[in-house]
Amino acid sequence: MLGLYAVFLPLATFAITFLFGGFLGNRMVQFVTCAGLIASAVLSCLLFHDVALLGNTSVEPVMIWITSGNFNADWAVRLDTLSVVMMCVITIVSACVHLYSVGYMSHDKARARFMSYLSLFTFAMLMLVTADNLIQLFFGWEGVGLASYLLIGFWNHKHSANRAAMKAFIVNRVGDLGLALGIFTLFMIFGSVQFDTIFASVAQFKHETFEFWGYEIHALTLACLLLFIGACGKSAQLGLHTWLPDAMEGPTPVSALIHAATMVTAGIFLVARFSPVYEYAPFALEVVTYIGALTAIVAATIGMTQFDIKRVIAYSTMSQLGYMFFALGVSAYGAAMFHLMTHAFFKALLFLGAGSVIHAMSNEQDMRKMGGIWKKIPFTYAMMWIGSLALAGIPLFAGYFSKDMVLEAAWADQSAHGNLAYWLGVTAAFITAFYSWRLIIMTFHGKPRADEKTMAHVHESPFVMTLPLFVLAIGACGAGYVFYELFVGHDRALFWADALFVLTGNDTVEAAHHVPMWVKKTPLVVAVSGIVIATLIYGTGGKFAGFVSRLLKPIHALFFNKYYIDELYHGVFQKPLIALGRLFTKWGDQKMINGLGPDGIAKISQCGSQILSKIQTGFVYHYAFMMMVGLIAIISWIFYQMVMV
Amino acid sequence: MMDMTTIITDLYMARADVFLACAALILLAVGVCLKTRAFHRIAIGGVTALVLTLIMTLQQDNSGDSITLFGDMLVYDRFGVFMKVLVSIGAISAIFMGVRDLGDHVIGKFEYVILILLATLGMNIMISSNNMLSLYMGLELQSLALYILAAFNRNSLTSSEAGLKYFILGALSSGMLLFGISLIYGYTGTTSFPLIADIVLIEQTDMVSMGMLVGLVFILVGLAFKISAVPFHMWTPDVYQGAPSSVTAFFAMAPKMAAMALMARVLFSAFGELHSDWAQIIFAISLASMALGAFAGLVQKNLYRLLAYSSIGHMGYALLGYFVGGFTGVTATLVYLSIYLVMTAGTFAMILSVRNKDNVAATNLNEFAGLSKKSPVVAYGLAIMLFSMAGIPPLAGFFGKLYIFKAVLDGGYYTLAVLGVCASVVASYYYLKLIKIMFFDQPSAHDDYVVAPSRLLRWVGVPSVLFVVTFIFYPDWLVYEATQAALSLR
Repeated sequence: MLGLYAVFLPLATFAITFLFGGFLGNRMVQFVTCAGLIASAVLSCLLFHDVALLGNTSVEPVMIWITSGNFNADWAVRLDTLSVVMMCVITIVSACVHLYSVGYMSHDKARARFMSYLSLFTFAMLMLVTADNLIQLFFGWEGVGLASYLLIGFWNHKHSANRAAMKAFIVNRVGDLGLALGIFTLFMIFGSVQFDTIFASVAQFKHETFEFWGYEIHALTLACLLLFIGACGKSAQLGLHTWLPDAMEGPTPVSALIHAATMVTAGIFLVARFSPVYEYAPFALEVVTYIGALTAIVAATIGMTQFDIKRVIAYSTMSQLGYMFFALGVSAYGAAMFHLMTHAFFKALLFLGAGSVIHAMSNEQDMRKMGGIWKKIPFTYAMMWIGSLALAGIPLFAGYFSKDMVLEAAWADQSAHGNLAYWLGVTAAFITAFYSWRLIIMTFHGKPRADEKTMAHVHESPFVMTLPLFVLAIGACGAGYVFYELFVGHDRALFWADALFVLTGNDTVEAAHHVPMWVKKTPLVVAVSGIVIATLIYGTGGKFAGFVSRLLKPIHALFFNKYYIDELYHGVFQKPLIALGRLFTKWGDQKMINGLGPDGIAKISQCGSQILSKIQTGFVYHYAFMMMVGLIAIISWIFYQMVMV
Repeated sequence: MMDMTTIITDLYMARADVFLACAALILLAVGVCLKTRAFHRIAIGGVTALVLTLIMTLQQDNSGDSITLFGDMLVYDRFGVFMKVLVSIGAISAIFMGVRDLGDHVIGKFEYVILILLATLGMNIMISSNNMLSLYMGLELQSLALYILAAFNRNSLTSSEAGLKYFILGALSSGMLLFGISLIYGYTGTTSFPLIADIVLIEQTDMVSMGMLVGLVFILVGLAFKISAVPFHMWTPDVYQGAPSSVTAFFAMAPKMAAMALMARVLFSAFGELHSDWAQIIFAISLASMALGAFAGLVQKNLYRLLAYSSIGHMGYALLGYFVGGFTGVTATLVYLSIYLVMTAGTFAMILSVRNKDNVAATNLNEFAGLSKKSPVVAYGLAIMLFSMAGIPPLAGFFGKLYIFKAVLDGGYYTLAVLGVCASVVASYYYLKLIKIMFFDQPSAHDDYVVAPSRLLRWVGVPSVLFVVTFIFYPDWLVYEATQAALSLR
């Protein structure tokens, strides 16, 4: 029963606050949503103890949903280690963000609506991770997409926010198409959408193939690739990532919750959940590794050159998601989940910290207009340090354990793609450290670049905003050390139980514990050097940075303009599609269908009516003439018939 | 040779019609003597006479089988009773309308009522006719009364013009009718419907003579003129527009019923065996009427012209039942005609209630602008009538069309049904246009049209609305009566 309460509490708070928000008042709405989420978080932690530590996995049925012939899909809450880990991450971060939003959105008129949307999102995300079948998973998947759309476009008076919301929704549609096709493919192979049925019979379908235009296609590989397209869309992997940076148009708590800690990790969860299937599709795993590694490096290089504080963190998120994906690609599912968990803490911390800075700077997001404020907001400053240290992978902080595990597992895979992923990952680790300190120095140090009015107004955030930061900071400091043994260490087999599946011989997490020392130490070395170089370049004022960027002008331009991917998509997809759409609306719909259809017929009718009323001349002899014509026509017809017969 | 006793018996059997004839003459005499309020008093007398006639007609119904009188000149059967009831309802409504429209007017002569009574008598004879001669006699009695009614407003140029046009064209159609009758007589040697039917049956085995078919065509043309079927409809818009409004209402109701009944007599009693030959003629004029009724109405600005086209279209639908033939087809037509009659009565009752300061009824569509605010009751009543005319469920008009199309589909004429529905869709445009004008348009500044409560609304408008709205709950009795009537028609 705990599971049901944990999942449906956010739905209840959403329903109450959305329907009766105006009646309850802002205070009450904030209280109800926060209380609901905190309760849900407590329940999730209890569940974690019960399910993950004591091993009481279960499936709690909710109600019958679809029954059609042999086909069944019911609402249920699936509680195994994978889902409770996700639940804990989601509810804890969500509770923090709810609390934080009370302070952050305190000047917003529609803050009640904002809180209810956050609860809706949390519910949808919980539905996703506790799904027992593909249909419910798809429900949650689309639910978080909807909530994301609503929250990105929350400030709907801003044109850019509306555009970003639509962009997120439309780009995700491409991914969702892949996911839907993947679900269809799995149903075709297994004849079921139930996870248990699918996972139990994977082995006997491992040689199944499809015939497609004369090609033999390995069925499981196809299914996995299609699922991965869905994962790419949701988790902003290279190709379908363009919506994530733009999604920063949403309020900062949204960015922290949805676009850093939870929703964007749905893709990781999906692949991890389907580890029993992916294990039999090595080619698909290879693709996952390549895409993940490329995303990690590409996003990091872009993040290095951005000036919007939230965008830097957004690209950082994308880069870290790349890490998780290549961990999945080398079968290190536990490592990926570990990094997902630690990342959720420190990235949410960074986002909320950034939000705190933005709050202090009167909604300024451009780092070029910040600087010199660390003494004024020391707590936020400290929090940002903790987050950045965790992100860079400095020992004792959470990121150190998980990121190193990911890199080591990639190396331990002993394959071409694993090696590539390791080296790209190490490079990205260097860049990560670099842009993290670039961010800290540009934001907090140096001379103040904001105007005096803003500077005079700089203040530390209220308690409701600093408390969540503190909670997340605890996670960012301790989560790595505490959970290392459970997630990827000696206890992992017992911990994960049946939730994750690795073929014998593919166990890279085990192999990762036995890699050479240089493999383990390189990430730390590059991270420290990244911090040092960033400090050298930006600590001496902006001049040196400007010099470097001029020196490497073509590369800098490429990075700064995000590899021109947006422009490429605009030219290749957007423009032709809009042109095609315009063609269809203008010529196809308005001219053809409307012109020949409704409007045209109406026009012809009116014309015909005009003609008919002209025949009505008013002259009696015309009338008599018409009668005679009619008479003669009928008689002629009769004669004609007679003669013909 | 008939002896005296037979004549007296026959006169007794035909007592309803005899009574109506006498009542009309007596009322005429009384009316001349009355000095004041002649119109109203004679109107009361006229309605009483019609009601009594109706009662006598219905009594006759209980006697059962059909009987023939005056040497097979007239036939009294359930079909006749059914149609006579319709005609009487139309005539009574027309008198109510006349009281509202002409009663207080300079041209409000009491002869209006007498003419309606005489026309009704003519129609009753038409409905009962069993012989070409009684057919012609009834038709001419009715037509002569109608010619005068059309020109009743002798001070008005348009009314005189309407009367004259109707008279000339009516004479032409009567000529055709007579020519057709003479052809039939020439080829069969008889004018009696049953005898014609026998001869047709004999000839059917061999070959139907061309002359007889041509004669039938001429008769059909003469009758099609009366029900204003295309292309013999040309007089309709002009007469509807020119004649006094209450006369127009009468034109739209009673004569149509009588002519349709007469057509049924000719087509089914006399020439039933030639169904396959005349069906194509009916098909053509029915389709043309539906199409013209729908399309020509679209651009009309004058309400009466619009209603003229509306009635042309409705006759097209009614003819579809005859085209299908058999008792299902005739039943459908009878149901359709009954509903059409009530809808028309209701519509005119509403329209004639909208009058300006000079007590002149509204004639143009835009004079109805803003009626929903000035008189919501009438506006909603009229809207219901128009929706019903357009065939919107659950109103009676929908069921009328439903039975017609069901008969057509049962006959297997799918294309025709589709065309009919299309025409109905087009026609709904002008009904909806009037509703839109009533509810959404702003009246012009010097618009002084108002609605005063009247007997017309109370006795005609309200019952019509009730019938149209509640028909869905008890359609069976009407269908039953119509079926019985159709069955009695051989």
